[in-house]
Amino acid sequence: MKRFGALLLFALAGLLSGCDLVVLAPAGDVAAQQRDLLVVSTLLMLVIVVPVMALTVFFAWRYRQSNASATYAPDWDHSTKLELVIWAAPLLIIICLGALTWLGTHLLDPYRRIDRIEPGQPVTELHKPLRVEVVALDWKWLFIYPDYGIASVNELAAPVNQPIDFRITSSAVMNSFYIPALAGQIYAMPAMETKLHAVINRPGTYSGFSANYSGAGFSGMRFAFHGLSEQAFDQWVAQTRTASAALNRENYLELEKPSENEPVRHYASVDPDLYGAILNLCVERGKMCMNEMMSIDARGGLGLAGVRNTLPLQYDKFARRGAVFGNDPTYVASICTAEEAAAAARAASDATRTDWPARNLSPLRGAGLLRPGTESRRAEADTPSLGLLRQEL
Amino acid sequence: MPDTLTKFIFGRLTWDSLPLHEPIVVATFVAVALGGIALLGVITYFKLWGYLWREWFTSVDHKKIGIMYMVLGLVMLLRGFSDAIMMRLQQAIAFNGSEGYLNSHHYDQIFTAHGVIMIFFVAMPFVTGLMNFVVPLQIGARDVSFPFLNNFSFWMTVGGAVLVMASLFVGEFARTGWLAYPPLSGIGYSPDVGVDYYIWALQVAGVGTTLSGINLICTIIKMRAPGMTMMRMPVFTWTSLCTNVLIVASFPVLTAVLALLTLDRYVGTNFFTNDFGGNPMMYVNLIWIWGHPEVYILILPLFGVFSEVTSTFSGKRLFGYTSMVYATVVITILSYLVWLHHFFTMGSGASVNSFFGITTMIISIPTGAKMFNWLFTMYRGRIRFELPMMWTMAFMLTFTVGGMTGVLLAVPPADFVLHNSLFLIAHFHNVIIGGVLFGLFAGIAYWWPKAFGFKLDPFWGKVSFWCWVVGFWFAFMPLYILGLMGVTRRMRVFDDPSLQIWFVIAAFGAVLIAFGIAAFLIQIYVSIRRRKALTDPTGDPWDGRTLEWSTSSPPPAYNFAFTPVVRDNDAWWDMKKAGYNRPLSGFKPIHMPSNTGTGVILAAFSVALGFAMIWYIWWLAALSFACLIATAIGHTFNYHRDFHIPAAEVTQTEEARTTLLAAQG
Repeated sequence: MKRFGALLLFALAGLLSGCDLVVLAPAGDVAAQQRDLLVVSTLLMLVIVVPVMALTVFFAWRYRQSNASATYAPDWDHSTKLELVIWAAPLLIIICLGALTWLGTHLLDPYRRIDRIEPGQPVTELHKPLRVEVVALDWKWLFIYPDYGIASVNELAAPVNQPIDFRITSSAVMNSFYIPALAGQIYAMPAMETKLHAVINRPGTYSGFSANYSGAGFSGMRFAFHGLSEQAFDQWVAQTRTASAALNRENYLELEKPSENEPVRHYASVDPDLYGAILNLCVERGKMCMNEMMSIDARGGLGLAGVRNTLPLQYDKFARRGAVFGNDPTYVASICTAEEAAAAARAASDATRTDWPARNLSPLRGAGLLRPGTESRRAEADTPSLGLLRQEL
Repeated sequence: MPDTLTKFIFGRLTWDSLPLHEPIVVATFVAVALGGIALLGVITYFKLWGYLWREWFTSVDHKKIGIMYMVLGLVMLLRGFSDAIMMRLQQAIAFNGSEGYLNSHHYDQIFTAHGVIMIFFVAMPFVTGLMNFVVPLQIGARDVSFPFLNNFSFWMTVGGAVLVMASLFVGEFARTGWLAYPPLSGIGYSPDVGVDYYIWALQVAGVGTTLSGINLICTIIKMRAPGMTMMRMPVFTWTSLCTNVLIVASFPVLTAVLALLTLDRYVGTNFFTNDFGGNPMMYVNLIWIWGHPEVYILILPLFGVFSEVTSTFSGKRLFGYTSMVYATVVITILSYLVWLHHFFTMGSGASVNSFFGITTMIISIPTGAKMFNWLFTMYRGRIRFELPMMWTMAFMLTFTVGGMTGVLLAVPPADFVLHNSLFLIAHFHNVIIGGVLFGLFAGIAYWWPKAFGFKLDPFWGKVSFWCWVVGFWFAFMPLYILGLMGVTRRMRVFDDPSLQIWFVIAAFGAVLIAFGIAAFLIQIYVSIRRRKALTDPTGDPWDGRTLEWSTSSPPPAYNFAFTPVVRDNDAWWDMKKAGYNRPLSGFKPIHMPSNTGTGVILAAFSVALGFAMIWYIWWLAALSFACLIATAIGHTFNYHRDFHIPAAEVTQTEEARTTLLAAQG
């Protein structure tokens, strides 16, 4: 029996050595810190789980019915000391784990800009982040590089040891943007934007995919993520610029239609307003953008006149049908052209955007993790986030 | 026939709605139809219809309703497990360019149906059935507070199950995952009937679940035997009380969120749409505000079962009864404060995420305390390793691992790398199979002799036990590893060949579990055949501690000829110690509720209403709704609600038991 067990263990070890446990051996610093937290938490819990399992087996064996020599105390049912131990032991573990969680969650908040490229190498003014705008489409991924004016489908590239700022949204249904080797995932949701900050430390090709079921073509919604050296990345950009296609509103609407297992595509140029239009559900000309609508509403809305400001919908994503008892599908008509709206939105965002600041790298002080010299957590954060709580802060 | 007339009569139901192009479904239909016809034939041949209708379908006896719930759970387990094994097979072969044998249209329905069926129509009926059968007996009551409501609740649950099963052969089921997140489940992206089947099945079954929750709370609060204070209630009754409080407090949220989704789908509101101010993430929040308490609804009663079993088979009082009760109550309350841990990756921000992560971890403190309490109940006991105790041991060793991975997933940064991965799948099967299912098998083996008067065959029980336990580890440990390899859930095909070996091992585990289920069915069959040899005339086969063991097996319709008086939390153990003598005379007529077929009829109209709404057959919807209301009003004029069991009959029943007990010596 024992030999059989050893054999089984040996076989298991063999199998495990043959596979790539990417979550436990990632190539990006953020994922590596998440892995560390995972391992430390597990070890912490094993402190209590192993004794419990061992005691279970031991008691079961020791107090089996056939063992007449064991003490039998049928009415013993209380011991204040033991009760104290059995509540206090898990409590202590959870206090440690809770502290770890609070710290880890704040430090590894995907919305927070990264502090370091890898252990011992802080982010400095020299590390200008690569901005990538990610759109989950049915069923492929679109990556826009606003700094380079290029885009790609189902292929993502980034230079190693350089911070990457992802802005993530979706065109139709919810997905989750996940590259296990790089960093943890975050949802891609239509009409909403999430953020992810990460860095890749080792060159190589890694797999990325949607980690939230999104319909028929979900299994094929995979892309290659290339971690490249600086020269190789420049080459990749140059090569992408030689592609014949350009991405504008019209061919985006074609691209957006559901399709499965799409090949890699490159676009030499991208309409700079496209991502904002996707995020605000107004790629089709004539539709009012969400941010436009929200700022009108914030100023009191259009009143009764606004109720009639709709037009019948010709096409909206795939298979759009109205509810059986509902009105025919409509959309809110824009009151300015797409270009005017985009220009206004740009002007508004330019007013708030600051240049890439160097991180304050003085040590953390605890208690909400403000840094010395930072007046508010708002200043600490990158830009105001969608989360209510964070906006208060 | 003109087109508009056809459309009026059949709504959107056409010949194309039948999945004749799916050979797997057609084969299943033929098998089910043949089996069904055979079953109906047998019932007709043996003239059992009248018996079934009078003694079972219309019965308001909590014991019979409990047993019918268990039968429903078992039948649906076979369906839910078929889905599981189909998924395992697909994932084991869909490599190296192979598409497997299921297209996405079929595969996506299968994983949705698997989740919905296993939670709503397997685990829930099993748990409700167990509570229904055991709770009134444990508290010394003759039935639940509202016996007709109990029958109605059961048939509504059946109604939901009927709708889910109908979707297999008429139309299709949802292709959204078991929680049907919008916008995918909205009319824009799921215009077909699948999501409507999902909505109406859950709404119909949800009525039953909520009403049965109200019923059991009332029963536990109001119908305890004299002397049974709250802190003398058996632990199973305590956990049942907490579960039903959770049901009553959380199922209305599910009903409401599904109603909002229904409005989006039927009348064009924009609660959960992308535009016009809709917010799909609101649905995700609401459904998990129901969904997280739901998992505690499932596990708490089984914690009660493990407490009863450990104490009985260790021959010892339960260690730390008070802390066990408080642990249960704390879990009940905390289960409402953790829902957001199901979507840390939504981007709520670090403070919100850490709040929900830490509340989740805090739940492991009372759960850990419970684990220690069972451990110290075994300490200095005399443990008999009968089947229920074996399941309990397997639970203690398996559940601890599942609990640990659960707390791990509650650490938000760890969740970012494991969310929606197969690691998560392994975790929740680890706690649901290792906790709920193992607990149900323990409970079934434990209370079976009470329900039928004979024990279950131990040999086939052990075969089933080992197949399940070993099969579970083979089926789910590979999923933990795959999760760490970054493999996400609900995938239909894979391109990395190094993953395949793990899926093959998992499929092997699923086959072992299939043997476990088969052995369980054989166990029931063999036990019925050998019932003479396995008989238990005493009514107390395990040297039990709580009141249900004080009456005969199976108990008479009235449960207890005289209401017992309780002095201790192990009431029956205390009575046995104090040299209790069964009263042998002075029996009085017993007031009992009458059977009624109204529950069956109301549920049938509800199914018709649901089916009509799914297929847009408006005349049928209006008609069945009108009939539903009319029947409910009509029932209020039924004055034949109750009767008395004559004293002579009670005396006869009790004397028969006296003779039987005397024969035992």
